[in-house]
Amino acid sequence: MTQPATSLSSSPRALRARTRRVLFNRFMMLSAAGALAFAVATLCWVLGTLIARGGGALSWALLTELPNPPGIPGGGLAHAITGTLLLTGAALLLGVPTGIAAGIWLAEFGQGSRLAHTVRFLADVLMGVPSIVIGVFVYGLLVAPLGSFSALAGAVALALLMLPIVTRTTEEMLRAVPVTLREAALACGCPPWIMVLRVSVRAALPGILTGVLLAIARVGGETAPLLFTSLNTPYWSFDPLAPIGTLNVTLFNYAMSPYRDWQQLAWAAALCITLAVLALTIAARTLRRKRS
Amino acid sequence: MALQNGDEPKIRVQNLDFFYDGRQALRSNNLEIARNRITALIGPSGCGKSTHIRTYNRMFDLYPGHRATGEVLLDGVNILDSRAIDGISLRSRVGMVFQKPTPFPMSIRENVAFGPKLLGVRGSELEDRVVAAIKAAALWDEVHDRLDASGLSLSGGQQQRLCIARALAVEPEVLLMDEPASALDPIATTRIEELIHDMAGRYTVVIVTHNMQQAARVSDYTAFFYMGEIIEHGPTNQIFTSPAEKRTEDYITGRFG
Amino acid sequence: MKRKQLPDRAFRLATGFSAATIPAVVAAVGVMLAAGATTALLRWGPSFLWRSQWDAAHGEFGAWTALCGTLISAFLALALAIPLALGVAVFLTELAPRWLAGPASLAVELMAAVPSIIYGMWGLFVLAPVLSEHVEPFLQHTLGWLPFFQGAPTGIGMFTAGLVLALMVVPYIAAIARDLFTMVPPQVKEAAVGLGATRWEVVRAVVLPHTRIGLVGAVILGLGRALGETMAVTFVIGNSHRLSPSLFAASGTIASTLANEFTEATDELHLSALMALGLVLFAMTFAILALGRLLVGRTSAQGGA
Repeated sequence: MTQPATSLSSSPRALRARTRRVLFNRFMMLSAAGALAFAVATLCWVLGTLIARGGGALSWALLTELPNPPGIPGGGLAHAITGTLLLTGAALLLGVPTGIAAGIWLAEFGQGSRLAHTVRFLADVLMGVPSIVIGVFVYGLLVAPLGSFSALAGAVALALLMLPIVTRTTEEMLRAVPVTLREAALACGCPPWIMVLRVSVRAALPGILTGVLLAIARVGGETAPLLFTSLNTPYWSFDPLAPIGTLNVTLFNYAMSPYRDWQQLAWAAALCITLAVLALTIAARTLRRKRS
Repeated sequence: MALQNGDEPKIRVQNLDFFYDGRQALRSNNLEIARNRITALIGPSGCGKSTHIRTYNRMFDLYPGHRATGEVLLDGVNILDSRAIDGISLRSRVGMVFQKPTPFPMSIRENVAFGPKLLGVRGSELEDRVVAAIKAAALWDEVHDRLDASGLSLSGGQQQRLCIARALAVEPEVLLMDEPASALDPIATTRIEELIHDMAGRYTVVIVTHNMQQAARVSDYTAFFYMGEIIEHGPTNQIFTSPAEKRTEDYITGRFG
Repeated sequence: MKRKQLPDRAFRLATGFSAATIPAVVAAVGVMLAAGATTALLRWGPSFLWRSQWDAAHGEFGAWTALCGTLISAFLALALAIPLALGVAVFLTELAPRWLAGPASLAVELMAAVPSIIYGMWGLFVLAPVLSEHVEPFLQHTLGWLPFFQGAPTGIGMFTAGLVLALMVVPYIAAIARDLFTMVPPQVKEAAVGLGATRWEVVRAVVLPHTRIGLVGAVILGLGRALGETMAVTFVIGNSHRLSPSLFAASGTIASTLANEFTEATDELHLSALMALGLVLFAMTFAILALGRLLVGRTSAQGGA
């Protein structure tokens, strides 16, 4: 290992290899940049299409009127927008408290126990179960026994999709709360459940809220689980045991229809859904950024 | 002049300043690193020792917002000038060993062969270099019968010697060591120190340490850093026995730091 | 003393009960699908899986064509998505200058957030015409001798479905890969750079081996997603129950079959066969997700070592 007259790195062989390595490196890095450019271009293409085709159909009537029969231009999706809001709201009421409570149990009581591991794992599995399977499940659970498609069934399906997301975020956020904070609370003689609610959950609240926003974003774009739970209707409906119109299912039906007017409404619905979902995603991201 | 006995400089640092996002971390450093000698950089933590040697291989290129000005002349070529020398070639001439052992997730043999392979060495010559480097890092006796085991399977001290072997396999002209023993137990530390001591005369070694005994034991020259400035540098025994600066004396005698 | 503990126990019980809903739901999904599928499964037994007829008019059902359609579309999507996703992740973690990294990450997250029905609609009205006019004729022209590129280039079929699925899976895999890459200890990367490795060599020698298991997990999770994706596929796959070697031909997946036929299934056997399809899909995704979780978990545990 004594030092040779010319060092290894300046040998002709090394120099030749170096040129090749540098060129190959450049090629791979350009490919990586190309992959990102491709992804971003696709996103822009999709969003651009939505704005170009749906933007024109955005109008006051879209928010206030019911759809017209095919052949009659104009009309709106007031019932579907309301339906989506109602269903999402109901799902929120069902899914979020359960999810937060489940997350609290995992972080504060279950922790490393075997049962907690199982719950955690099944929550992850549930998060990945295809949403259409959840739709089929709720059909069997509520639609078939009650004899009718219903808003209630749709809300339950959406709530089941929210549940694991809210659970896992809540748990992670609670775990990030420093032990010293809990110890300090318990040291003043505070009972554990008050410590959890007043100290832990309070400290983790922004993070939990992020999870809720993400859950709404995820569920707001879902169509598959609604196809055979809440079905669809072109009229106003406020009966929880009757079908209800939603933006997503209306979009699916109208886009697949042969009528230009309906397709036009479908593009408008697509733009509304996407804008709402992306806004929620960005809000959740900003909230998360602020915390870290 | 700091160098003695006809030692000639391998690296000459002139007016080196360093900035992290505009915050100055080094102030007009001037230093000569003697060829084939061991130079220790000492000083309290946060004084800029590590920052200083990380300019020798332009490791700071990796981080946006890090900037060095002045000159670091390696055999007369200013390595801070990216037109004069590119980072890749520079780093195969100036090797580095880090504070924590950094074995790659591959076998012992592949770890050591990693550098020479990049430089186009193949076949039996590659094998020879791997063996020679492992021997030079005093690791051969412990691993010769399991070169295909994962580098991660070694103990901490062995991992660090593996990393030294990996650096030596490229036959660097200069070897930078950033607190190479601080994460190791005393026995492993002794072995690393012996190894560094043995490298004198063959390699130009720059070692950063906060352990003054270590600096005294292994190095020929010592430079004392304080708050981003080089307060004093010279032959190690002179720095430790008769420092010219009050601050050096205070630090060495343990009055601060 | 006892009275003081009561609220604590009640709180514990209430949260525990909420947590228990999760295993209960997963189990109930399995039981419900199995119960719904009994008629079909009793009739054909395990051969339901490899029977290729699907004819509602004559009461003949089998999962084979939908199963193949599901697997082919998912693997086609993965083949296209993996290199793209890794490229995106490498760019985000190793290359992107600071001013670009944030917006680029945002773009990837938004791409993942766009609802699948939007991808489907875009695929049907925008992508399919482009494919049928430009891309598919080109493929047929150059690779037309392969059985995969036979038939009329309509833009509706397996090829388009695979492509749209790939676009949906890319941000998903890329986001996990990015997180994995940032977990690689910087010292190890620096050590490779310190030996004179180029960026690509650092990725090749350090980053990819370090995250290997997690990456496999990420791909498996992407696969799970591609298998169950419904709306995007339903729009563009053509919904047929025939199996064709050509990627240009109309086809169907389990999810698209469910979406199309479930509300129209009137007789019990048809409904039961659809439930059986749902059970197959559930079992597949369950197994795949279990495997993926296991692998991704292993890497994060390893990351500390």
